[in-house]
Amino acid sequence: MSAEEQTTTTGFMGWVDKRFPATKVWNEHLAQYYAPKNFNFWYFFGSLAILVLVIQILTGLWLAMSYKPSAAEAYASVEYIMRDVEWGWLIRYVHSTGASAFFIIIYLHMFRALMYGSYRKPRELLWIIGVVIYLAMMATAFFGYLLPWGQMSYWGAQVIVNLFAAVPGIGETLSTWVRGDYVISDVTLNRFYAFHFVVPFILAGLVFVHIVALHAVGSNNPDGIEIKDGPKGNRWSPNAPADGIPFHPYYTVKDVVGTVVFLALFFAVVFFAPTGGGLFMEAPNFQPANPMVTPLHIAPVWYFTPFYAMLRAVPPMWDSQFPGVVVMFAAILIMFALPWLDRSPVKSVRYKGIVTKVALAVFAVSFIVLAYLGLQPVSPLSTLLAQIFTALYFAFFLLMPIYSKLDKVKPVPERVTE
Amino acid sequence: MKKLIAAFALSLLPTLGFAFTGPQTLSANIDLRDQASLQNGARYFMNYCMGCHSLKYMRYNRMAADLGIDDITLRKTFLVGDAKPGDTMTTAVRPEDLETWFGVPSPDLTLVTRWRSPDWVYTYLKSFYADPTRPFGVNNLMFPNAAMPHVLVDLQGLAQPVMAAHQAGTPVAEGVGPAVGGRLSATQYDTMVRDITAFLTYAGEPVQLERQRLGVFVLLFLGLLFIVAYSMKKEFWKDVH
Repeated sequence: MSAEEQTTTTGFMGWVDKRFPATKVWNEHLAQYYAPKNFNFWYFFGSLAILVLVIQILTGLWLAMSYKPSAAEAYASVEYIMRDVEWGWLIRYVHSTGASAFFIIIYLHMFRALMYGSYRKPRELLWIIGVVIYLAMMATAFFGYLLPWGQMSYWGAQVIVNLFAAVPGIGETLSTWVRGDYVISDVTLNRFYAFHFVVPFILAGLVFVHIVALHAVGSNNPDGIEIKDGPKGNRWSPNAPADGIPFHPYYTVKDVVGTVVFLALFFAVVFFAPTGGGLFMEAPNFQPANPMVTPLHIAPVWYFTPFYAMLRAVPPMWDSQFPGVVVMFAAILIMFALPWLDRSPVKSVRYKGIVTKVALAVFAVSFIVLAYLGLQPVSPLSTLLAQIFTALYFAFFLLMPIYSKLDKVKPVPERVTE
Repeated sequence: MKKLIAAFALSLLPTLGFAFTGPQTLSANIDLRDQASLQNGARYFMNYCMGCHSLKYMRYNRMAADLGIDDITLRKTFLVGDAKPGDTMTTAVRPEDLETWFGVPSPDLTLVTRWRSPDWVYTYLKSFYADPTRPFGVNNLMFPNAAMPHVLVDLQGLAQPVMAAHQAGTPVAEGVGPAVGGRLSATQYDTMVRDITAFLTYAGEPVQLERQRLGVFVLLFLGLLFIVAYSMKKEFWKDVH
């Protein structure tokens, strides 16, 4: 911020500002943070993600007040929350629906970044921090799903932890180390509870770092134009980008609208379909965990199923499931490389050629089809489809250096469009 | 761009495709607002089911409050043995005895309609058939080789199975014929089973009617808030060109 934008405060705020940069932080991140004026629908999901994180931490804290992390008591304590704790059912449904809502929002948020090239220079670190946030979210969700101690909690965790056993040589030792036991047990539940409680605070810290990075480089926009490189001077400041508007009040009032619409959809689920048709809360999880009875069909929650489908799509090689595990983790880790895979001279899909547009659409469809296949029992057809769509998923990333360079692009305008 | 949005709309498709696999279930067609049906279901459950099955997360007094059962009736007709109104509805039989008699402990039924579905429970209670090879002389179409005897046999009567055609092996039951020799007519039995299903569906989530009632107000409030929020946004954005 330049010197002339510094506001001098008096009175109480003056007293505070001499000791803590309250007004300075407010201005730099809200009142004088200039965001492009052409944000569209896809730009609601950043603020919504923060909202859901806060909802999850608060409802989680209140659930923790009545939940008992022990194999003998966990399932009963959840029913105690649902029946005997004042408003416990609402807190629990908000938390369980919040988990799915969080992933829906983050997937849309990430897709926005893919469309408009928000991972390109100078936002590589912003994107990488985002992928780390996504990993932390998946870890939190995985730990949390064991806590109700239902059949799917138990067997889902069993399947996922067994993946570590596929690592050559040290696998068995590693999976035993993760569980703290030879099977998923009371010990595992206790440590998963500890992690489920603490990782969200790490997540909150990462979100802070994500926003620090965002505000340093400035927001991208649907045109993928750097407004900081464009003409200077707007109604609020002669040095601010001409196409920028102060985040507050413009985007705060706009995000309030987005928040209200989101909350309406969210609470429609919470109050009228809290199980999300068996996707947000799976029916088998209403049965207490039974280590002696393996369910016929084990599937993780929907937000993990694209990766689960990839795992199942890879046939065992050399008597080992390890290649499948590698493919599954590679599908996530490859996202870190994205900023260096895209060689297109333009950022936004609006000015990219048909090949890139088709590639992006195929990628989105692959992700959705894999999510669907991961929920279904294995059949020869589903395995074949999963193999095809896994290949397409990876092709989107691995062929990007080629197609993004060769693809015809449209001229990018000087200024953002309406 | 529109294609991409459509692609994401497609992501909602799996919700529709999440179907129950297994034998065809009948529609239970229950009405949770029908307190008489729920009360009947509760009585049937006490009389015929609670000999072996508990509802260990369901409290007597919560049930009484939700189903419109007054305290005197609750104490006279529902509380058995030394049960108190604040107790949960547990069977008097010891689990180890049940295991000796039936080979398996009888499952707690508080959440049975949530992991099986109400239609499944309704169909299950209508799917017993005579099978002399089983310990209690009955089998069930929905749950083959279930350990449970047909407790309602003198009410429903006994049905013969409809066997599938021989296919190089033992014939398999694929349907259930009409029950004969019961004290209830087929319609009366259906109503009884429907009442039990309704009661168990209530017990699976006692708050569900209240949840839906509150949901209407929450959405109405958010609808009003949307008008305010949207007007505010429009007013602020007037000067952005």
